[in-house]
Amino acid sequence: MNSEVILEAKGLGINFGGVHAIKEVDFKLRKGELRCLIGPNGAGKTTFFRLLSGQHEPTRGEITFLGHKISGMLPYQVARLGIGVKTQVPSLFEGLTVYENLELAANRVSTGKQVERDIEDVLQRIGLQDARNVKTADLSHGQRQWVELGLILASKPALALLDEPAAGMTHAEALKTIEIIKQITVNSSVVVVEHDMDFIKQIGENVTVFDRGEVIAEGTFQEVAANPHVREAYLGRKDVSDAGSH
Amino acid sequence: MSSTYKLLILGAVIVATYFVPSIIEVFAVLNFTVYIIMGMLALSLAFVWGMGGIMVLGQSAFFGLGAYAYAIGALNFGAGWEAVAVSIIVPAIFAALLGYFMFYGRISDIYVGVITLAVTLILFNLINSTSGPQYKIGSARIGGYNGITSIPTLDWPNGSMIDINGMFYLSVGLLIAVYLMVKFYLTTKYGKVTIAIRENEHRAELLGYNVSLNKLITFSIGGAIAGLAGCMFANWGAFVSPTLFSLVQSAQIIIWVIVGGRGTLVGPILGCIAIQWMVTQLGTQQTVNVSFVLGILLTIFVLLVPAGLAPLIAGTIRKAFGRVTKKGSALAKEPNS
Repeated sequence: MNSEVILEAKGLGINFGGVHAIKEVDFKLRKGELRCLIGPNGAGKTTFFRLLSGQHEPTRGEITFLGHKISGMLPYQVARLGIGVKTQVPSLFEGLTVYENLELAANRVSTGKQVERDIEDVLQRIGLQDARNVKTADLSHGQRQWVELGLILASKPALALLDEPAAGMTHAEALKTIEIIKQITVNSSVVVVEHDMDFIKQIGENVTVFDRGEVIAEGTFQEVAANPHVREAYLGRKDVSDAGSH
Repeated sequence: MSSTYKLLILGAVIVATYFVPSIIEVFAVLNFTVYIIMGMLALSLAFVWGMGGIMVLGQSAFFGLGAYAYAIGALNFGAGWEAVAVSIIVPAIFAALLGYFMFYGRISDIYVGVITLAVTLILFNLINSTSGPQYKIGSARIGGYNGITSIPTLDWPNGSMIDINGMFYLSVGLLIAVYLMVKFYLTTKYGKVTIAIRENEHRAELLGYNVSLNKLITFSIGGAIAGLAGCMFANWGAFVSPTLFSLVQSAQIIIWVIVGGRGTLVGPILGCIAIQWMVTQLGTQQTVNVSFVLGILLTIFVLLVPAGLAPLIAGTIRKAFGRVTKKGSALAKEPNS
């Protein structure tokens, strides 16, 4: 793995009224790394994602991405620097076809015939060649999740933030999602938020654990699973690896 | 619909337009001309609201501004193409300034609608209160509630006067030209982003598109088109008045778009022409209150045909022809049959 740090958050925090949703978080991600964020509901994972993607402006601290200070930037400016986002609930252009959705993502980074080549490549990767002319509103939940991952593939970001990419999927769909995520990691660093521990086990290299707006542990899956603070965060569960699975 | 069919329809419209003045009476030509001009106004809202997803309740502000800008321009430096340019540029710049504060201020959709409605009512009251001789721009008196009369109208480039038939041809020609330009714009990268923003603004932004800028451009183009319609209206009647900014005028444009079909460009134009024709007929008979009928019509469409007439008709045609096409496809897949 390349040791170059591409994303760094220092003392990052955000308040909503009197609530400290994220407190003084330090976070580093290296080029090519795949990092999983776990934590109980309300731990601040999605809020942290929103800070990284410019959807929230931090109350304190700063975020640096590829040498640019991105805290305070608007979401489209952050996206242009190379951060792609898959939201928790699939966020697509519902009235447009799968092809048109991917075209909008590809158009941002490619021109001319390359756009068509990129779309065909992504359609094949997400396995929706036959659904290219189907409106995304008419797809199943799993297919919609894959189209959103397709948007990430087509926009070729340096960093992909994936918020619960396998939420609501069947086991078979989740396995296919893992394959798509592995394809994203070929050219991008990836941060994944996920509750399903089986899923984390299968894709995870390094895991960061959030609880009450703070990072309470970092390491491999086995290391964090054995961490007593992490066990406590998961409400006394004896084995963290059971949390959220099935 | 294939490009061939579209070209055939366009050709039929052009041929029909050529023959219309020789078939119908002069008074009807005058009426149809104003329907066409209003069709351009409907097209402006169809673009901004239907394609861009920006709910504008006061599109008449730009229509009125275009009409007044042409009138003042024509009275100051003659009824030339300079005055036409002013009638497009003034509402476009006004839309850009208004849009800048709304879209970069991240005002929510419903408030954008309310602000545009408030702006057109402010303009209505502002122009209404300029009846004194001190209110003039150059040599043009604004005229308050009396409006501006005897506006110099356009001539053809060779200097000959544009007569009633000529105004009809010019209006249809401009409507077709603007329609084609809007259609073309929507096929460009920027146009596709405009539609994407209508579908999901948040996703468009997360893909790296500057939503505020794109909305500003859409809103300004809509203002420019409405301004051109206003210019043509001023040329049609050689008269403008503050009623161009009125609430009734604003409401009518919305009804045209809803009845014709928001999300299409042709629908609102046809909806406008049909409703204008109906209003004229009802007004002639004086048996029923026109506003009452318009209200009923709007309610019926909102409740029963929310997509509007154009999608309804297109869907019916597609269903009818779809069956034939499916049969054809099945045969094509089985060459031995």
